[in-house]
Amino acid sequence: MGRFWSLLFLAVPVLGVGVFAAAMMTDSWPLHNHWLPRDVSEKGYVIDNLFNTILYLTGVIFVGTSLALFWFLWKYDGEKNLGPVRFLHGSHTLEVVWSIIPAATLLFIAIYQMNAWADAKIDRPGTRLAGADGRMNTEDDLVEFQLPIAQVTGRQFEWRIRYAGRDGVVGTSDDVHTVNDLHLPVDEEVVLQIKSDDVLHSFFLPNCRLKQDVVPGMKQMVWFKPKEVGSFDIVCAELCGWGHYKMKGRMTIQSRKDFDQWLTDQERIQQESSFALSEEE
Amino acid sequence: MSSITAGSHAHEHESSATHASFISTYVFSRDHKIIGLQFLFSTLLWFFVGGLLALGIRWQLAYPWTNMPIIGKMLFPGEGGQISPEFYTTLFTMHATVMIFFVIIPILAGAFGNYLIPLMIGADDMAFPTLNMLSYWFMWPAFFLIGASFFTAPYGAGGGWTSYPPLSVVNEAAPGSASAQTLWLLGITFVGISSMMGSVNYMTTIIQMRAPGMTMFRLPLTIWGMFITAILQAFALPVLTAAGFMQVMDRLLGTGFFLPEGLIVNNSIPASGGGQPLLWQHLFWFYSHPAVYIMILPAMGMVSDIISCFARKPIFGYKPMVYSISGIAGLGFIVWGHHMFVSGMNPVLGMTFMVSTMMIALPSAVKVFNWLGTIWGGKIEFTTPMLFSLSFVSMFIIGGLSGIFMAATPVDIFIHDTYFIVAHFHYVLFGGTAMAVFGAIYFWYPKMFGRMMNEQLGKVHFFLTFIFLNGTFFTMHVLGAVGFPRRLADPYHYDTFQHLMPMNRFMTWCAIGMVATQVIFAFNFISSLFFGKPVGRNPWGCNSLEWSAPSPPGHGNFDFQPVVYRGPYEYGHPDATKNHYPQIEPPPENPTEVPEH
Ligand SMILES: [Cu+2]
Ligand SMILES: [Cu+2]
Repeated sequence: MGRFWSLLFLAVPVLGVGVFAAAMMTDSWPLHNHWLPRDVSEKGYVIDNLFNTILYLTGVIFVGTSLALFWFLWKYDGEKNLGPVRFLHGSHTLEVVWSIIPAATLLFIAIYQMNAWADAKIDRPGTRLAGADGRMNTEDDLVEFQLPIAQVTGRQFEWRIRYAGRDGVVGTSDDVHTVNDLHLPVDEEVVLQIKSDDVLHSFFLPNCRLKQDVVPGMKQMVWFKPKEVGSFDIVCAELCGWGHYKMKGRMTIQSRKDFDQWLTDQERIQQESSFALSEEE
Repeated sequence: MSSITAGSHAHEHESSATHASFISTYVFSRDHKIIGLQFLFSTLLWFFVGGLLALGIRWQLAYPWTNMPIIGKMLFPGEGGQISPEFYTTLFTMHATVMIFFVIIPILAGAFGNYLIPLMIGADDMAFPTLNMLSYWFMWPAFFLIGASFFTAPYGAGGGWTSYPPLSVVNEAAPGSASAQTLWLLGITFVGISSMMGSVNYMTTIIQMRAPGMTMFRLPLTIWGMFITAILQAFALPVLTAAGFMQVMDRLLGTGFFLPEGLIVNNSIPASGGGQPLLWQHLFWFYSHPAVYIMILPAMGMVSDIISCFARKPIFGYKPMVYSISGIAGLGFIVWGHHMFVSGMNPVLGMTFMVSTMMIALPSAVKVFNWLGTIWGGKIEFTTPMLFSLSFVSMFIIGGLSGIFMAATPVDIFIHDTYFIVAHFHYVLFGGTAMAVFGAIYFWYPKMFGRMMNEQLGKVHFFLTFIFLNGTFFTMHVLGAVGFPRRLADPYHYDTFQHLMPMNRFMTWCAIGMVATQVIFAFNFISSLFFGKPVGRNPWGCNSLEWSAPSPPGHGNFDFQPVVYRGPYEYGHPDATKNHYPQIEPPPENPTEVPEH
């Protein structure tokens, strides 16, 4: 039976790699679109590349260790291996080797990705201005942050969106309101202000590799640059109550011209409609 | 060894007092073995409940909004067998709560910790037998409170096992589960009290009551796992308990630890506030990340013992194993922020948590390499406990490596709160810990009951569980790569996820197979109590002390004073006459050698 059990453990790396390879490469039923969804943000590839880097790196370790497990089970099956066991308690050299190599690899991964993290969450887009010394790239530089194009508010169980009206500032009386319907211009860096009215939600754009929890009492900024036109999901990714599953919005990415047209239309509809949302907050 | 003397005094005193009644022997027992078995039976029953709850979740994801056959009627008769969105939140909340707080934590520390610690260190009982008894009976208020929370009309607690405010604090945010959430919080508090009692007891017992010759570095790794776990619990639990009380006060007394000023949910009264929802997450994960290790370190220890025994070879790198357990535990206190990378926590802080989290993969890797080193060059006996332990290693490799994805902050932006995470922790907790627990049950069953479990049935149980577990959980990685979110009652109305139903159906049928397979285990477990092959003291040919006690050990455990001459892993020692070399066997060349301590 030792042979049978060894082969069962061999099936783990074989099928494991098989499933991932099939999911990555197959595009027909039943495995169509069973991998990272279409990426429509300019920096999305950075996260995808990191994902793949870690996938290949861990994949090699997975296959290596799993094959070693299989091979040892196959070779040292007690029914077949009639000699005495190797009576030893360990190896100092091996311990050092297999501590240092993973440590270096892990440290490398950690440092390698810091820029991607900073781009996504820390370095908010803005224009750098020379400070008092009149020179650029010195310590007293000022950053004029790009203003948000819209404010997205999560509440049970919808996304309320308000666009800066003609004055370009969100939170004034000429704002344009929509529900679950976010429109953005393509090929422009967009900044969104996200917040919550009630409980935690999470603003998740799978196609832009963007996710940020919204927390009542906090106002946060997210930013990305859409690079393709189309219509995509806005998903709520943090449990927010019984209706969490239906807290779905749509994001429409369109050309600047179409976007301006849409915003003007919305403004007109809002003014005409007697149901215009009154000033909230 | 004054502590040993003190221990046997306690024992004499106790045996005169508890001689008579059934109640004091089997119900309010102070014998660590009975308490261990009480924990074992209770947690196995809850394991079954938790499995059924999981089937409820799986059913909804495979066949949304359709009547669930058989189990639906049992679990939620009030719903007519159909899962409502409210009930779905209760299902996943309770599945996690039951599995974590009523199964994994108490089966490792409560059942195996209790049963094995005194036997493996050569003591006659725990240091504090009464405290030990109380640690079991404090689970019962928790059982009732969580049970009441589940059955409270109209909906049970639905805030997730993480109970994030404001959803978990403001009644209006989750209409219908108002009192249920309070009951849930109180239930968790009782689990905490129970674990705290256990942890104090385990630490004291392991430090104070080891048999002569049993130095710290002669302890089996099971005991090291239990010891470090006890320390983790002692340091982490007070934080959870305090945070739980703060949340109860927010709910009942109108304080505002976790609510921002003026928060209104569904026309609730504005919060008096000044608090922070993120504060709860910090406090919760300050406990619950170490809890992840509380849920695996003892399993790692037991697996090490089983693998060494059935490879008939010393454990490879005993001290590196001990140091890596300690390293995991130490680092475990400074990585909690990895659950909060996208929570709104300062992203600069995310970077430091990323580095510490990456580093915690290191001791885990060292452990895997040492297990591989242990079977290398051995004479492997493919017994049921060995198969389960080997599958622990195999599955832990997957669960450990997938953890690196989410430790990488930019990648975590995409996979956080998706099925990639669900896959990861099920590989660690089911593929890892639960498989180790099965192995440990098959392994120590003859010691507990004096009879073997059936090996053939055990192997069938192993084979089917192993197949179905991978069918259920491996595919979750693929769902996670698409971004498929957790905790959605109906993910299919999103364009991004609507095509994923066939794969979910496949997983659901594997999950059904997995739960059904456990019937084989239950049958084997129960029938072997009566019809299993009777065994002597050491049916597997193992070295550690518990195998030199009678099976099952009587009150006071050992019918002789155990004296320890060596570590527990001297299998295949050239001096030994057999292929094992028990810790109590005096060395041949110098039988009168005084053990150092
Ligand atoms: Cu939500
Ligand atoms: Cu963690």
